[in-house]
Amino acid sequence: MTFSKEDMARRAAAEIPAGSIVNLGIGLPTLCADYLPEGHAYLHSENGLLGMGPFPFEGDEHPQLINAGKQTVTVLPGGSTFDSAASFAMIRGGHVDLAILGAMQVSAKGDLANWAVPGGRVMGIGGAMDLATGCRRVVALMQHATKEGEHKLVRACTYPLTATGVVARVITELGVFDPVGEGFRVVELAPGVDRDKVAALTGAALL
Amino acid sequence: MFSVQGRHHHKVRDSVAAALDGLEDGMTVMVGGFGLCGNAEALIAGVVARGAKDLTLVSNNAGAMGKGLATWLRAGIVKKVVCSYLGTNEDLHSRMAAGTIQVEVNPQGTLVERMRAAGAGIPAFYTPTGVGTVVEEGKEVKELDGRRYIMERALPADFALVRARKVDRFGNVRFFRTARNFSPVMATAARTTVVEADELVDVGAIDPDDVHLPGIYVHRIVHVPEHEDPIEFRTVRKRPGGAA
Repeated sequence: MTFSKEDMARRAAAEIPAGSIVNLGIGLPTLCADYLPEGHAYLHSENGLLGMGPFPFEGDEHPQLINAGKQTVTVLPGGSTFDSAASFAMIRGGHVDLAILGAMQVSAKGDLANWAVPGGRVMGIGGAMDLATGCRRVVALMQHATKEGEHKLVRACTYPLTATGVVARVITELGVFDPVGEGFRVVELAPGVDRDKVAALTGAALL
Repeated sequence: MFSVQGRHHHKVRDSVAAALDGLEDGMTVMVGGFGLCGNAEALIAGVVARGAKDLTLVSNNAGAMGKGLATWLRAGIVKKVVCSYLGTNEDLHSRMAAGTIQVEVNPQGTLVERMRAAGAGIPAFYTPTGVGTVVEEGKEVKELDGRRYIMERALPADFALVRARKVDRFGNVRFFRTARNFSPVMATAARTTVVEADELVDVGAIDPDDVHLPGIYVHRIVHVPEHEDPIEFRTVRKRPGGAA
């Protein structure tokens, strides 16, 4: 058994302290919001929204109320909107407590690569570098290896870097791991997952 | 006795064409919006109609789905794009691959801070974003208080084209929700800022404490009540019980 996507999102949501400000990256991290009790935390979206709520009910969607993934969203009571300069000052200035981000590679030193594939199309940087650099804690939520079995938890990233030494914790379908420099410390394994199998799928030492 | 007309005299223009007067070939133009959210749709169309070309476009995304600023790419009037995210903008990818357009990608926070600096009279600043990455290449890096920072330069523009929900005749502006994004910052960074107003009101109709962008940053206003406002990703929930 491995963690399903829902399990991964639920496990990542457990990293969010009550009363904290959190930015959830585009894709799988967005699902974490579904596992937060009402009023538990305040969601920040870098396009200029704090206190982001769930997707709107059908018919209530508004083209001028979106998240950073350009999906229609809602704003909760107590929420606020602001311009992009203010939004990134919040991020860069260390006011956002936690970012849960997707990742292509994470190194044992906590380096993050999540914006470009070597030789692939340039999709752009967006808010990735600011979030990885500025948020007080960064959790990577990702597949443990590529479909072809290539390592994504590695000794040193080979993909273009987003930021260096920023990832505190990695959550994959195989478990929870902390980059600690010389390797990845196993925090927990998904139910029934064999440590040797994880080791084979990890490109750095398991500690 | 007051023979010289100030920059803030009679800002309301009666047409998009008049609002874009002086936007010439080779200029740097900032256009507000986050993807297609909060686009100055009439001004964007007006630039194509005007026939200005060889533009440097500064915008977070440069359009999507063939709409918004993608129309500038299709019209072939852009020589360079300064943006943060291309995504699946095929109009941009194809022209980049063909080498007919130059693209400069900035981290989003750096992009907007470069605008903010330009508008605030600051020629350069140090930021931690991008240290140890390709963003650092060719830039001055300085250690301050034990941490490394990249020097980034201010980014000014000739024109800023922004959209707002409510604007008074002096150019005091209110935006709606996340349509604000880059727009008020771009307005500070441009020599000429044009606002496309959903609603045009008399001075005094917006309480001074409710102004998002003071009129000092706005030079021209055009009233455009109708907009398409496309949604890129319509994500919704079912109502509980299916009640309307």
